[in-house]
Amino acid sequence: MTGGFDLDRPWRLDERVAVRPEPFGALLYHFGTRQLSFLKSPTVLTVVRALADQPSARAACAQAGVREGELAAYAKALAVLAESKMISERTVP
Amino acid sequence: MTSQLTELFERGLDAPICLTWELTYACNLACVHCLSSSGRRDPGELTTAECESVIDTLQRMQVFYVNIGGGEPTVRPDFWHLVEYSTAHQVGVKFSTNGVKIDAEAARWLAASDYVDVQISLDGATAEVNDAVRGPGSYETARRAMGHLTAAGFRGFKLSVVVTRHNIPQLGQFRRIADEHGAQLRLTRLRPSGRGADAWPSLHPTADQQRELYDWLCEHGERVLTGDSFFHLSPYGKPLPGLNMCGAGRVVCLIDPVGDVYACPFAIHENFLAGSVRQPGGFAAVWRDAPLFAALREPQTGGACRSCGHYDSCRGGCMAAKFFTGLPLDGPDPECVRGYGEAALATADRRPPPPRPGADHSHRPVPVTIGRRPPRRACDQDPLVGH
Repeated sequence: MTGGFDLDRPWRLDERVAVRPEPFGALLYHFGTRQLSFLKSPTVLTVVRALADQPSARAACAQAGVREGELAAYAKALAVLAESKMISERTVP
Repeated sequence: MTSQLTELFERGLDAPICLTWELTYACNLACVHCLSSSGRRDPGELTTAECESVIDTLQRMQVFYVNIGGGEPTVRPDFWHLVEYSTAHQVGVKFSTNGVKIDAEAARWLAASDYVDVQISLDGATAEVNDAVRGPGSYETARRAMGHLTAAGFRGFKLSVVVTRHNIPQLGQFRRIADEHGAQLRLTRLRPSGRGADAWPSLHPTADQQRELYDWLCEHGERVLTGDSFFHLSPYGKPLPGLNMCGAGRVVCLIDPVGDVYACPFAIHENFLAGSVRQPGGFAAVWRDAPLFAALREPQTGGACRSCGHYDSCRGGCMAAKFFTGLPLDGPDPECVRGYGEAALATADRRPPPPRPGADHSHRPVPVTIGRRPPRRACDQDPLVGH
């Protein structure tokens, strides 16, 4: 667990979330909760998009080029997204 | 939100976050503060096909949702069709209504959709306070609509309140009404736009009430929606929840019923007209290329406010509020919490009168003539001659 977020679990973007890339990162909108969120860098966007295809959030971060020393900051950002239901834990069959 | 993100927003986004689309100037009510001076339908309003084409554009631009208003949008015969068309094209809909068409059946239809949100307008927690602004019977209409939505199981619709001198003492009551309906309270600022230009001097909160509102929002603001309404109150202390900057032309804009695109819903005037969805390239080209929007996305100078220590928190306040009270756009907001606006207004009284809204569709009293008017001349046969 890092910053209250389990990097070693599989995660995915909620299917009711729309993603719009912007120069600063991206905007997310959840049609279920009607909440807006912001991804504050293009790298976070790459991580979020990689979640569904990777066995863990840690693997998604690695694929996006996040270095070990930066992991805590990314875990914190992912924790915020999980809190607002933008991403959720994936059940592995 | 970090101040860093605010700076990024100030340079504008690839598409608006919060797009207001007023579908019609027609309205069954005649609220004294109507920001679009609505009442009568405009004969040039966008057709159903033109509206669908706008929605197609919004889908391509990935606009998540539109805030549909009016007028009273639900009186357009194709309203429900356009809501369906929009949600089927991944453009969510939030619409503002006085509730006149929200019966039990409409409420069930709305409750069944994930992609539609409803804002019921109510400007008083009691009929007395509400109807003085929105007209006789409007309180009952809104409460009935809210009852239908709750009965249909619609959770989290919005109770939308324009904050005035008369309803600030009712903020707690509004929240109770919202809670009773499983709804969320949304508070917005009264602007001197449209008919609001005439109502503003007697309806806008007093200086003491602004402080009361700020304190109330600090205590309860996390559960209350405010959009970018109250950033002019930030110099009281910490910034409030919500967007603490003017979003006009950067993250916000307005499409009016005839397809004209303005920088914000409170600025229906040629000075803030960016273009039309009917011009080549449509809405996307206006958002991307309009010289007015480019100017709004440039760093603002701050003008007379620059030397004030609070400029970084209030950013000089609301452009529309300044414009329609006759104040310079680079000076203080008329409701500047440091009192500079009041001082400026006192001076403005000696200047030419403030600009008037660009379009007025208010209901007009129709003179009733009993019997046929005599022809103006003996040979005039058509009764419309002279009109």
